[in-house]
Amino acid sequence: MYNDSVLGVAAAEASMPIRSNLSFTCNHVNLYYGSFQALKDINLKIERNKITALIGPSGCGKSTFLRTLNRMNDLVPGCRVEGEIMLDGVDAYKDVDPIVLRRHVGMVFQQPNPFPKSIYDNVAYGPRLKGITKKAELDEIVETSLRQAAIWDELKDRLKKSALGLSGGQQQRLCIARALAVNPEVLLMDEATSALDPISTAHIEDLALELKKKYTVIMVTHNMQQAKRIADRTAFFYLGEMVEYGDTQQIFDNPQKERTIRYVSGNFG
Amino acid sequence: MDTSRQQNMFRREYLGKGIATVCGLFLIVLTIAIGCFLLGKGSLTFTQFDHSITEFLFSSQWKPSDTEAGGGQVGALIFIVGSILTCALALLISVPFSLCTAIFMTKISPQLGEKIIRPAVEIFVGIPSVVYGWVGLVVLVPLIKTVFHVQHGQSVLAAAIVLAVMIYPTITSVSADAIRSVNSKYIEGAYGLGSTRWQMIYKVLLPAASTGILTAIVLGLARAFGEALAVSMVIGKMRAFPDSLLAPTNNLTSAIASDMGGAMDGGEFNAALWSMALLLFIISLVFILIIHALSGRKGAAA
Ligand SMILES: Nc1ncnc2c1ncn2[C@@H]1O[C@H](COP(=O)(O)OP(=O)(O)O)[C@@H](O)[C@H]1O
Ligand SMILES: [Mg+2]
Repeated sequence: MYNDSVLGVAAAEASMPIRSNLSFTCNHVNLYYGSFQALKDINLKIERNKITALIGPSGCGKSTFLRTLNRMNDLVPGCRVEGEIMLDGVDAYKDVDPIVLRRHVGMVFQQPNPFPKSIYDNVAYGPRLKGITKKAELDEIVETSLRQAAIWDELKDRLKKSALGLSGGQQQRLCIARALAVNPEVLLMDEATSALDPISTAHIEDLALELKKKYTVIMVTHNMQQAKRIADRTAFFYLGEMVEYGDTQQIFDNPQKERTIRYVSGNFG
Repeated sequence: MDTSRQQNMFRREYLGKGIATVCGLFLIVLTIAIGCFLLGKGSLTFTQFDHSITEFLFSSQWKPSDTEAGGGQVGALIFIVGSILTCALALLISVPFSLCTAIFMTKISPQLGEKIIRPAVEIFVGIPSVVYGWVGLVVLVPLIKTVFHVQHGQSVLAAAIVLAVMIYPTITSVSADAIRSVNSKYIEGAYGLGSTRWQMIYKVLLPAASTGILTAIVLGLARAFGEALAVSMVIGKMRAFPDSLLAPTNNLTSAIASDMGGAMDGGEFNAALWSMALLLFIISLVFILIIHALSGRKGAAA
C-alpha cells in the first residue's frame, strides 16, 4: 500500500516537460491550530540542491512551516492547513499519502532522538519500513548512510552498540544518517544544532554543505551567523508571516523590509 | 510570638519526621518478622520431619500425617504445577488484551481512554476477589461445562480465566503508564521516517516501553500467584495433575486455605502447609526483586 515509488511516478507524469530546479512551491499557505492562525498566506519557492534557512524570532512559525512540508502537523489534533504545497509538481496534501511523503522529505529534530536501539538498527529502521530485509542490502545502506553523515569511521566498529551511548553531536549525525537511509529528496532540519557544542555544530554545518549536492536542505535556525555561513537562500518569518525571502547575502547585507532590517541588525523588539 | 511559632514549627517538623520514621521502621521489622516466622515454621518439614527439599518440590506423593511423629509424604509438586499452570495460562490470556487496551487508551483514542476506560479499569481493580470467584462459579463454570461437554466445569481453564480477568486491570494500567511516559521525541522520529501508526507502535513505542510493560506483567503475575479465594472456588481442588486444561487440579494457595484449619498444630501436615506458604513468600520476593532490577534498568536507560 505504501509503495515508495508513488510520488516518483506522479512526479514523472506531472513534471515531465520541465525538470524544474524547484523543490517545494507553496502558494497561499495558511495554517490554524484550532482558532489560532500560526501561518499567514505563505508564498515561497524552495530551490533544489540549495540550503534554505528559515530565520525569525521564537514563536514566529518557523517550525510550524517546516512541519507543513512533511505533514508532521497532521499529527496535531485540531490543526488545519489551507493553500497549496507542491513538491515536484505533486500536491503534497492531495495527491500523496503523508506516510509516503515523509519518506521523500526526511526530518531531523532539535533534540537528537535516536531510538533506544543499536546504531545499526537505527539506520536500518527506515529501509526496513520499506520492506528491505536482506542483510547484505541493509548493510550497504547503513554504511553509505553513515558515510554520507560523515560518521562511519567513528562508528563502524560499534554498530551493534546502543545509540544512546553516543555523544549529542554523534547522535545528531546518526539521526541525519537515519533520515538519509530512507533516500529522501529533501532534508528538513529544525534547529538541529541548537542543542550541540560548537565543534559538533561545525561538523553538522560542513555536513549540510556536503549534503546539498545531492539533497535539498531546508533548515530552521535561530542563529543568524549559521544562516550567514551556510545558507544559499534565507527566509525571514515574523508573527506567522513570511516577511522577506532572498539570497542570504542580500537578506543580511541589503534587506528591503523594515522588519528584516531591524531583525538582522539586532535591534529587534 | 514569632519565636514560639517557630518552636511550634520545629516541634511539628520533628514530630512528623519521628512518626514517619517509626512507621517505616515498624514496616521493616514487620516484614522481617513475617519472613523469619515463615522460615521457622516452613523449615520444620525439612528439619524436624526430615524430608528433603527435593521431595517437597519434585515429588507428587502428598500424604502428610497429621501427627507429631510424622512419617508421611510431603511432595507438593501437584500444587506447584497447578499454580504455575494457572498463572501462565492467565498471563497468556491477559497480556494481549491488556496491551491492546493500553495502546488503545493511550495512542488510538486518548479521549475515550481518559473518560471511560481508565475509570473502568480503576473500578475493576477495586472489586474484591470473592466476587470474581463467585461470578466465575455461577457463570464461567457452567459455560465451560456446556461448551466443552465436560463433567465438571471447574478446571485449570476456569481458574486461569478468572485470574486473567483479575490481573487484566493491573497489567493494563501499569502498561498504559509506561506507554504514556515514552518520550514523544521517539514517536515524532518514527513518524518522521515514514512509519505508519502501527509501525510506530510496534517498532518504537512498545520496545521503548518494554521495561515498564515487563514490570506490569510481573506485577500481574505476582497478584495471580498470591490469589487464593477466587481460584479455590473454580479450580476444582482435586489433588491430581490435570490431563487437560479442562480437568480440575489444585494449587498452592487453595491447598493452604482449605487445609490449614484442619491440620493439627505441630504436626507434619501443618508443617508441610507452612512450607508451601514459605514457598509462596519466596516466589513473591523473587518477583519483587525482578521488578526492582527492571526499574533500575529503566533508570539507567533514561
Ligand atoms: N501544537 C500546537 N498547538 C497550538 N499552538 C501551537 C502548536 N505548536 C506551535 N504553536 C503555536 O504556533 C506558533 C508558532 O510556533 P512555532 O512554529 O513552534 O514557532 P518557532 O519554531 O518559530 O519558534 C506559536 O505561537 C506557538 O505557540
Ligand atoms: Mg521552533
